[in-house]
Amino acid sequence: MARKLPAKDAVIVGLGWTGSILAHELTEAGLEVVAIERGPWRDTPTDFPPTSAQDELRYRIRHELFLRPSQTTFSFRNKMSETALPIRTWGAFMPPNGVGGGGVHWNAETWRFLPSDFVLKTHLTERYGASFLPPDMTIQDWGVTYDEIEPYYDRFEYLCGTSGTAGNLRGQIHEGGNPFEGPRSRPYPTPAQAQPFSHTLFGKAARELGYKPFPQPSGNLSQAYLNPLGIRLGPCTYCGFCEWFGCGNYSKASPQTTILPVLVRKPNFLARDNCEVTRINLDSSGKRATGVTYVDAGGEEWEQPGELVILSAYTIFNVQLLLLSGIGKPYDPVAGEGVIGRNFTHQTISDVTGFFDAAKFIFNPFIASGSIGMCIDEFNGDNFDHGPHGFVGGGYMGQVQTNGRPIETTPVPPGTPRWGAAWKSAVRENYLSAVKPGTGVHGSFYAYRDVYLDLDPTYKDRFGRPLVRMTIDFHDNELKQNAFLTDRFADIIQAMGAKQVMKEYRKGPYDITKYQTTHLCGGAVMGTDPKTSAINRYLQSWDVPNLFVMGASGFPQNAGYNPTGTLAALAFWSAEAIRSTYLKNPGPLVNA
Amino acid sequence: MLRALAITIGALVILALAVVAIGVGVRSLMTPVVDGIHHRKGQDFALIERGRYLTAVADCASCHTIPGEGRPFAGGRRIETPFGFVAAANITPDAETGIGTWTDRQFDAAVRQGERRDGKPLYPAMPFPYYSRMSREDVLAIRAYLDTVAPVRNPVTSDLLPFPLSIRAGMLAWDALYFRPGEFRPDDTKSPEWNRGAYLVEGPGHCGACHTPKTWLGGDENAQKLRGSVIQGWFAPNITNDSTRGLGRWSPDDIVEYLRDGHNRLSAATGPMAEEIALSSSHMTDADLYAIAAYLKDQRGGSEATPPARSEDAAMAAGGAIYRDVCSACHTPDGRGVPYLFPALAASPSVRSRDPTTLIRIVLRGARSVATVREPTGPGMPAFGWQLDDSEVAAVLTYIRNSWGVAAAPVTAEEVHTARTRLAARSE
Repeated sequence: MARKLPAKDAVIVGLGWTGSILAHELTEAGLEVVAIERGPWRDTPTDFPPTSAQDELRYRIRHELFLRPSQTTFSFRNKMSETALPIRTWGAFMPPNGVGGGGVHWNAETWRFLPSDFVLKTHLTERYGASFLPPDMTIQDWGVTYDEIEPYYDRFEYLCGTSGTAGNLRGQIHEGGNPFEGPRSRPYPTPAQAQPFSHTLFGKAARELGYKPFPQPSGNLSQAYLNPLGIRLGPCTYCGFCEWFGCGNYSKASPQTTILPVLVRKPNFLARDNCEVTRINLDSSGKRATGVTYVDAGGEEWEQPGELVILSAYTIFNVQLLLLSGIGKPYDPVAGEGVIGRNFTHQTISDVTGFFDAAKFIFNPFIASGSIGMCIDEFNGDNFDHGPHGFVGGGYMGQVQTNGRPIETTPVPPGTPRWGAAWKSAVRENYLSAVKPGTGVHGSFYAYRDVYLDLDPTYKDRFGRPLVRMTIDFHDNELKQNAFLTDRFADIIQAMGAKQVMKEYRKGPYDITKYQTTHLCGGAVMGTDPKTSAINRYLQSWDVPNLFVMGASGFPQNAGYNPTGTLAALAFWSAEAIRSTYLKNPGPLVNA
Repeated sequence: MLRALAITIGALVILALAVVAIGVGVRSLMTPVVDGIHHRKGQDFALIERGRYLTAVADCASCHTIPGEGRPFAGGRRIETPFGFVAAANITPDAETGIGTWTDRQFDAAVRQGERRDGKPLYPAMPFPYYSRMSREDVLAIRAYLDTVAPVRNPVTSDLLPFPLSIRAGMLAWDALYFRPGEFRPDDTKSPEWNRGAYLVEGPGHCGACHTPKTWLGGDENAQKLRGSVIQGWFAPNITNDSTRGLGRWSPDDIVEYLRDGHNRLSAATGPMAEEIALSSSHMTDADLYAIAAYLKDQRGGSEATPPARSEDAAMAAGGAIYRDVCSACHTPDGRGVPYLFPALAASPSVRSRDPTTLIRIVLRGARSVATVREPTGPGMPAFGWQLDDSEVAAVLTYIRNSWGVAAAPVTAEEVHTARTRLAARSE
């Protein structure tokens, strides 16, 4: 029997980026807020100081910052006809754990989606006709437009101090930035990061091929920054231990470096770490959340009542809590009905490695940051005519190599033995003179009828709750997209002067063991119709109006960018709606 | 250490006997105060607010509140002195275990004359030699504020010192040597701001309690006022206007920002100063902080320049390499750091100090800077004690103490070894 705690105005489930944003916004509005976080408290000088943060074995190989599969995991299958099995070691994505969430280990690549991404179904149908889209593709519009959330992209970028070069300032295209981006109301708060040699060379080659390269927008800061909350960040040192690592130098934007120092000083904020929410409680009508139940590290169960519940866990856990709490109709892929679990997506990543003459090219790949890089956006979204190509979607591509860490940075040309003296010699020969972007082609992943999340019929977690079952595979549209983009990318690497280019196309079936990105999206998507969306345009549950669901679980499909900028902008947008409208008159913000 | 303690104890006993023998207690010679019945002035808002402010200025909470217990001023915190521990009293209005039944005269006598209600002397861990400079009105304003805090029943055994220091009569001898009672007298040749600063520094702010070098009996070396002293395993640096060791390169704005926000363009507060800022100076008005700055900027340091260690020395070469490897990412290769975030080592009084206690401690054990309303970031430096051995710590500290225009005595591996051993016995 759960012990009941005093009620709070708002209960936040998960203290990552969106949980921290909401906690700050709601405490600013005067609410008593408690945030409940499954993982431990984490802070820069105690948890990832520069004396020990740069430990590739501990963080990259042994996954120090991530959830332990023994704590909870997911089952996985490619096809509905298969039997899903539990994931026992993380591969394709890295579920974050602990205060700061994925905001601790992310690269800090801080992109905006294209204006057309938010009206994707309408846009593609108008340009190419409905029959151009694969019949089982279930993409839809978001219910918000780029223009509506532009001020909130801006809020997030100025919170983080994002470093970049504006390409479209209030409609004016600026040389050196991304000419395809939507209009931004202000320049980036800090100039773009300096680019190392190979990244610069990629930009030069791309320009010579007629593209418009620009520096990747980066939450690893080019210079010291004072954010609007009064919190300070330092300049990035290009240490090359960023993605998968916490930053010891206060130079990567994270909840720790941009929000939490102010949040923890507030008397109306309380955080409970090492506490896992097991369900959202509803009243007898099923239309109102009364709070949450959680289990602390000692195994004791607690009930935390609250007037408002903010679900801000990682994509799959948001969906899991909705399914386990009986909120919203579970998705049924056969009938094509229901919403919870629907339109689950990931990313379509591939890479090209270039081998250069070691006598002429010394790239020093260890000089890098998590979001370093020169990119082009000619092949993202609908920035090019898809008519001749027979697919939709796209992605940015670039030399975005984030490190030269020794365990994983061993690029060798095709045909090299996998081990032994010849392999060692090839590693030595190529370490300084190879270009290995890692996620060089960062493609979209659109939604399909048979890619979804539901509860596994067999496997359960340590509390006896069913695991979430992932059913996911690549469809021809994404594989065609990837083949096209990978070839274009390889052309640029070739033009840099590579003597040999190795392409690694993304191929089906979807491989759960091979890392792509942690950008799992969808499953509780936003939209305008309760039949095809779990939450409205303000991220408010259609079924339980005092529940708001943050994060990429709300993306109807995934675009060809990293999702954090967009999910953070949506969190600010939702917080604004809660503060300006909902709190004055709690109830549905959109009448379905 | 033991020998020093034995000498101290012996000397105190002899002095005490001498003083008692002639039957004169210094404290009885002090300015007489009018006794009277204590009146609760609970409704006088202006007085209570003034008292609340002065309670912060005098940093009463630092000793009388145990951090994190949620019982303000209930006492019981163990105060480390060179001679042992003393527990701070309960100063809540609790009738039995606090000061609820004390008269104003008794309160004033304790604060300004170091005299307990039972007539016995207080140990100078209670900085009454400084509070003695305060006006009676200010002391009674503090009393009025303390009357408004929640009474907490918390009996405190204050006598934790070993025999014979536990004989409080010994303090009479100490008083005879070091206690110069009397209210602050303004210097008419100086500005009102300077005089206000002098009052705050010498009186309620009791800066010298940490920053003035001490005699072997723990009294202030008045000739060395505010020129730096070792306290509780830290070195409270020279805060005079001395440009070699002190604040000579700091502007009044730098001093004000440091005291108010815990950070300025050059430095960051950590250790006991972080606590002082959090509890005391961050709550002070800008006018008072500028007054303090004006007074400190008028204090002569008188330290002599040291010739810098030569760059070809082995320790300098090793230290430079270690610096570039493990320090420069934050403090930058040129030692300028990042303003308000990572201290500029060349401008830090702790780096320039004659005594490297604080530097060694921070490198071995790391440190967390204070977070304040205006500077909430509170960045921390990690511990390097597990990573660098004694000679490496010595080398890198010798390097930073002799680079970028700084010249200070080299640090030896033996000093680091001693500090490491002593720190091992410290919990915090």
